[in-house]
Amino acid sequence: MVEAPAFTPVNLITGFLGSGKTTLLNRMRASPRLADTAVLINEFGEIGLDHELIERIDENTVLLQSGCLCCTIRGELADAVKTLHSRRERGEIPIYRRILIESTGLADPLPILTTIAAEPTLRHHYRLGLVVATIDAVNGMSQLDRQPESRKQAAVADRLILTKTDIAAPAEVERLRARLSRLNPSAPLSYAVDRDLDPSALIGNDLFDLDAKSREVAHWFDEAFAEAADHDHAHHRHDPNRHGDDIRAFAFAFDAPIDWTAFGLWLSMLLNRHGERILRVKGLLSVEGEEAPVAVHAVQQLVHAPTHLPRWPSADRRTRLVFIARGLDEAVVRRSFAAFVLDRSATSGRH
Amino acid sequence: MCALCGVLGGKDHWTEPLQREGVYVRHADPAGRRRERARRIAEANVILGQFGLTLSDWQSDSYVLATRTGKTEVVADLAALWPAAEKLAGRGLDPLDPAVLARREQANG
Repeated sequence: MVEAPAFTPVNLITGFLGSGKTTLLNRMRASPRLADTAVLINEFGEIGLDHELIERIDENTVLLQSGCLCCTIRGELADAVKTLHSRRERGEIPIYRRILIESTGLADPLPILTTIAAEPTLRHHYRLGLVVATIDAVNGMSQLDRQPESRKQAAVADRLILTKTDIAAPAEVERLRARLSRLNPSAPLSYAVDRDLDPSALIGNDLFDLDAKSREVAHWFDEAFAEAADHDHAHHRHDPNRHGDDIRAFAFAFDAPIDWTAFGLWLSMLLNRHGERILRVKGLLSVEGEEAPVAVHAVQQLVHAPTHLPRWPSADRRTRLVFIARGLDEAVVRRSFAAFVLDRSATSGRH
Repeated sequence: MCALCGVLGGKDHWTEPLQREGVYVRHADPAGRRRERARRIAEANVILGQFGLTLSDWQSDSYVLATRTGKTEVVADLAALWPAAEKLAGRGLDPLDPAVLARREQANG
């Protein structure tokens, strides 16, 4: 008999209006490997367009009646998940092993993630899965230019899916791809038209998947460091094609193992003051006294429970941090990390 | 800060999380957790001292934040600590502030 996981992952599909979220959702729902997925759809106002376009809504589907963008969705979302949970516990619906939420196009993903991570009942049974963002290759560039929500959705995503690349000009697709890689270098980017794209893989292999998480974490940093080097290079060349995005990613690495206590104080203090501007932090930490690395992962002020990886993903055993932030000075963040975490001769009580 | 600062309750801050599969817990045993807690307080006091504040343990469950004039506030964890410290200090506690950084670097030698 299939058992419910101890912590059921909750995944989110986000993306701007008309960017192909529902099409992607339907592909996921058609995948046999995702058959045990409960789907939550957020209706927008009374029109319920997203609902009408869903081909099949079964008993695992709960419609969220509010299109509200911030706190009010939290209550409804929490209630919807709790209802599903209760029905699963009572055996009224098939056992689902993950939840997939399709948000409205205008939604800020953060309140949805916060609800799952912080609501007192849900946090004991559910955990955050992955955020998948769809970006329309025809309109994506102008949406990124004009809509801060669009930039935020792309910046917090774990997976980026470019849609409509078959009807967009190839040069435009390439410019958008390059821009997204700068905005969020640690998220793998796929094309929806790719016939080999496995929709089930998009929400598998997350950080809590014990078999896959080393690979997942390695990817964060490979791309982020390559992009950071590219950015520095381009900056010196004053590349005229680069967009002046207010959000950008930067990454740095340190050789020495760090003190976990000092790191916790520093990061929590930093996020308290600058969390609004720090869309994402991903860290692979060499912690004093630990053989294997610790991965940390934050979306604004929301920090996931740190995970202990079974092993280092490569021979590189440096502590590495990636920030995706709005208007934050990389040099100052680096200096602050050094002062508060690395060089702590001011501190007494070292072990 | 709503849900993020602990208003919704539950003691499971990421720096001292509940034990479950795959989650990193610095010390799993009670004695180790107590040592870690004492270190956290000592480390926090180095930072908070710059702002005229001190932190102490409250029955191994919460923390008490105090000003030099004796105003106090009980906080549950680090998420609640920084907003409460800013309120008591009457200013932001910014680890990117050049003046804060300079003083920390000077103390580090």
